[in-house]
Amino acid sequence: MFPTPIAQTGMPVRMLYGIALPLSLLIWLLPIIGVAMTSVRGQADLTAGNYWGWPTHWQMIQNYTAVFHNTPILHYIGNSFLVTLPTVAGAVALSCMAGFALGIYRFRFNLLLFFIFVGGNFIPFQILMVPVRDLSLRLGLYDTVMGLVLFHTAFQTGFCTFFMRNFIRELPSELVDAARVEGATEFQIFWKVVLPLTRPAIAALAVLIFTFIWNDYFWATVLIQGDHAMPVTGGLKSLNGEWVAQWQLVSAGSIVAALPPVLIFFLMQRHFIAGLTLGANKG
Amino acid sequence: MTTTSPPSLAAAHDAADGWWARHQRALAPVLFLLPAALMFTVYVIAPIFQSIAISFTDWDGLGVKRFIGFGNYVELASDPDFRTAMFNNVIWLLGYLLAIPIGLAMALFLNQTVFGIRLIKALFFFPFVISQVVVGLVFSWFYDPTNGLLFHVLRALGLPPVAVLSDEHLVTYGIVAAGLYPQIAYCMILYLTGLNNVRADLIEAARLEGARGFSLLWHVVLPQLRPATFIAVVVTVVGSLRSFDMISIMTQGGPYGSSRVLAYYMYEQALSEYGYRMGYGTAIATVLFLVMLVYIVFVLAQIWRQEREL
Repeated sequence: MFPTPIAQTGMPVRMLYGIALPLSLLIWLLPIIGVAMTSVRGQADLTAGNYWGWPTHWQMIQNYTAVFHNTPILHYIGNSFLVTLPTVAGAVALSCMAGFALGIYRFRFNLLLFFIFVGGNFIPFQILMVPVRDLSLRLGLYDTVMGLVLFHTAFQTGFCTFFMRNFIRELPSELVDAARVEGATEFQIFWKVVLPLTRPAIAALAVLIFTFIWNDYFWATVLIQGDHAMPVTGGLKSLNGEWVAQWQLVSAGSIVAALPPVLIFFLMQRHFIAGLTLGANKG
Repeated sequence: MTTTSPPSLAAAHDAADGWWARHQRALAPVLFLLPAALMFTVYVIAPIFQSIAISFTDWDGLGVKRFIGFGNYVELASDPDFRTAMFNNVIWLLGYLLAIPIGLAMALFLNQTVFGIRLIKALFFFPFVISQVVVGLVFSWFYDPTNGLLFHVLRALGLPPVAVLSDEHLVTYGIVAAGLYPQIAYCMILYLTGLNNVRADLIEAARLEGARGFSLLWHVVLPQLRPATFIAVVVTVVGSLRSFDMISIMTQGGPYGSSRVLAYYMYEQALSEYGYRMGYGTAIATVLFLVMLVYIVFVLAQIWRQEREL
């Protein structure tokens, strides 16, 4: 193990590490802790400039109620779910099929297609912006949840296909051969042999895509105009404009907006990290 | 009542089955690929070419496109705002790359097995999970010149306050620092995973030969972390060229356009209140795309090499 395990070192090092670890965590998370603290402060603290000290007035309930009651944040969050969940389902479904095709079959252009999916992942969004907006306008999908879902599904299919194809390729090929010998159709091989084995990959992709799409801001501003379909990232930005200097509300809103991906991360941590670090440990 | 079909029908059925059975292995990949390929073509591949085509026109997004050849590119060449944005992209790229050594250092610091380390690692990773919009809000508040944490820290140290986000010379560095916050977390988690799989026997052998500390890290550990480093470099470079969210949230390109990058400048030209110059905007996007393309080809070449080794 590298570096040397702390248990094998002397007492002073161990004590130092014991202090440094929580301290560094505290410093690292200070910006976020600050937001959390501010979201429970009263206006009096803020006018007095008490941004970073202990709150003198606890107004957690008032602040969060104010955010939910006086702003459309709940509606924005609803929109975020309406955009995110279908995108996750769509991108995973499309990429399971495409990943199966690229991972199992040998045919001409297999690698070329794979590289197109991989390469598409890295392109700057701006090269897509004008035509995608134009296409959405012509399809009548501009400023709708559906328009956003279709774009996100298509774009995320690139990364998801890359991921699924690599996962499926690692599966033992004897499984597929054995199923063919037993007379399974290609669809049965996909549905009954391969798909059940890809569950961990599906879980990893689902949590990753959920977080990516939930946190998308660029496409929300390009494809959505009105509040009626605006996801929470864009909504937060416009609320920030309205709440000038009402930092306790901005903070409470930020926390509410950040909560779903944070919860997903903590509940599905193993899958999340497995997905994110795919390839980080094989040479 | 019979369950068997009339002979002629059964034969036709068999023939159809036979045709399908004979060809399904060749057709299956096409059918499985079709939906994904269709969506990807319509929304990702085709728009790249459409954008490049639009970049040779003068277009407000509604009226008729007027072909002007390289007109937009000629204008770009002498546009000082474009140069500023390009220069800021370089700052973003170089600044963002710091996430890799810092992430590695944090991963080394956290690669221990003490009580509660799993939770601590997860908490360190936290900034990556939350939206850049929230991170941007948090940092604009951190930099707030009247009451931000930075102001308090500087005052405690006896230094004069700095209004980072309204200073033309500091603003980009300030936003890059905010952008580094989640990016460091990302690189850290890549390295933590990599460190988990470092071969203990090689390290022990090197230790027996007297390798210690930095030299052990450099000669024995880092070579084994190459896959993690590769991914860290890829996602960091792509992330730095994609930077948009933080700028939009923290400064909207200001003050006086001094914090724009290509991605933001393009958006401003094509869609914001400054007007709908789609042709000019797509020309900026094309430049950004070409820069990225060089890099994409490099990355794909690396992946291709890995594929051939398999």
